Amino acid sequence: MTLTSYFMEATYLIASILFILALRKMSHPETARRGMFLAEGGMFAAIVGTLVGAHIVTWVWIIAGLALGSIIGAWMAITVPMTAMPQRTALSHAFGALAAALVGVGEFLVHASEMTVVTRGALGFEVMLGALTTTGSLIAAGKLQGVIAGKPVQFRGQNALNLIIFLSMTASFIYFWIHPEAVAFFYIMLGLAFVFGVMLVIPIGSADMPVVMSLLNSYAGLAAAATGFVLSNNVLIIAGTLDGFSGFILSVLMCKAMNRSITNVLFGGFGAVIAEASTDSGGVMREISFDDAAMQLAFANRVVFVPGYGLATAQAQHACRELGELLEARGVTVKYAIHPVAGRMPGHMNVLLAEANVPYSSLYEMEQINPEFPSTDVAVVIGANDVVNPDARDNPKSLIAGMPILEVDRAKSVIVLKRGQGRGFSGLENPLFFKPCTTMLYGDAKSSLSHLAQAVQHA
Amino acid sequence: MNPAVLIASVYVFALAAFLGYQVISRVPPLLHTPLMSATNAISGISLIGSLVLAGAVRNQLSAHILGFVAVTAATINVVGGFGITDRMLKMFGKRKPEAAPTAKEAAK
Repeated sequence: MTLTSYFMEATYLIASILFILALRKMSHPETARRGMFLAEGGMFAAIVGTLVGAHIVTWVWIIAGLALGSIIGAWMAITVPMTAMPQRTALSHAFGALAAALVGVGEFLVHASEMTVVTRGALGFEVMLGALTTTGSLIAAGKLQGVIAGKPVQFRGQNALNLIIFLSMTASFIYFWIHPEAVAFFYIMLGLAFVFGVMLVIPIGSADMPVVMSLLNSYAGLAAAATGFVLSNNVLIIAGTLDGFSGFILSVLMCKAMNRSITNVLFGGFGAVIAEASTDSGGVMREISFDDAAMQLAFANRVVFVPGYGLATAQAQHACRELGELLEARGVTVKYAIHPVAGRMPGHMNVLLAEANVPYSSLYEMEQINPEFPSTDVAVVIGANDVVNPDARDNPKSLIAGMPILEVDRAKSVIVLKRGQGRGFSGLENPLFFKPCTTMLYGDAKSSLSHLAQAVQHA
Repeated sequence: MNPAVLIASVYVFALAAFLGYQVISRVPPLLHTPLMSATNAISGISLIGSLVLAGAVRNQLSAHILGFVAVTAATINVVGGFGITDRMLKMFGKRKPEAAPTAKEAAK
């Protein structure tokens, strides 16, 4: 080994340590940002180390790629609004996975003849995971952005077709693994992986996106880890594995928060078979005026806001915080209750409220806030539906039976901000809306909240 | 890849998985979006593989082009990922609502 190679290896070791320390610092919001500086330093060190130690012969492609990527990356980082965070993250998964897949293809082009069985195996995983994550993430991003319809796309024999695609992909992989001279099968595998990624995500509805996002996060990481196996590079293995496991843990948490298994999310096609299941509860929804609602809020002792995806679509986070501050100025205790799967990705609501300067000490997790609802005067549900549906707790026949919910129906009164009278995304009837303690406030969440704030000022 | 290297790599993978589980279980749900964004940026480390592909192979245009696209994609992932994570974590760093009026003034 030459001196430069030792230098390169040293930077990789430093990068690995810094990545782990960075994630360790993620355990608290006060230290998280400093932690990310460490990770950025680690990444920078690894890049410099590679450029010094990897015997680079042509620089033009590298410089062009780095420059173009930096411009696009920085532009995305600066301009993307917080409400668009889920689709941006999905897009980012697509880019990371694409890089891993392309490195695999390039490795195959250059070194196919000298590869051992083990390396070929790792290469197969790298390329398959990379390719299916790329297209899967693009579809997810399209659904989140609204470019592709968010409804689950389903047809007869879908699971059978997916199974056939999956088996053909695996068969091509195994054939190529045993017979490295059968180059065509490598490309067939690559193509099928791209198709499989699409097929995997189109049957999944928008409300299940938190799970899908976490899974794609995991796959993108595992693709990077497989790249590490192909290149015998430990920092790739470590960083990829950290990402892979982070995504995996998040998927498990999200599934738990919906009381569903991962297989059920992936192949269940939730939201398509609802029509028969939703029974007519036959109640009446009572509407409330801004003035009455404001009166309730202004003279309450404890108010809990329950944000859902509707808050994000209406971009109502600032209006929500303004109302919260007005109430606090009047001596009302204001808290925010965050369900783990509220929104379209893990932690989505926390980010939006943080953007609106809601201090994180006012944000409460489900387990913390649920015991407090009985002593809450007013719970304000903003564009959330399934996560506050008492059927999940009371009706064992409900499609979401067993899903842990925010028990707003135990509050003394509930005000639901909703766009219209229709059912939420899942199409499930929500008995909460018909309870005697519940009143409805129809309209765009942002303007409703601003109107409420004005009315509270005059109360 | 010879067996000794493979075994060492499997050890690294297993230990990283264990460590990842320990470290990431401690991240509060509050920070799950920045966590996903950060781990995503970190897995952009496949950039170093892309750099080698784009620059360290002699006279093979297809490898250069694949490498160039890979470098671009991985750099977007790294720069965009860290940038947005930092933007988010900056918001979480604010502790008191006192920060609110300054933000409002800035918007004016």
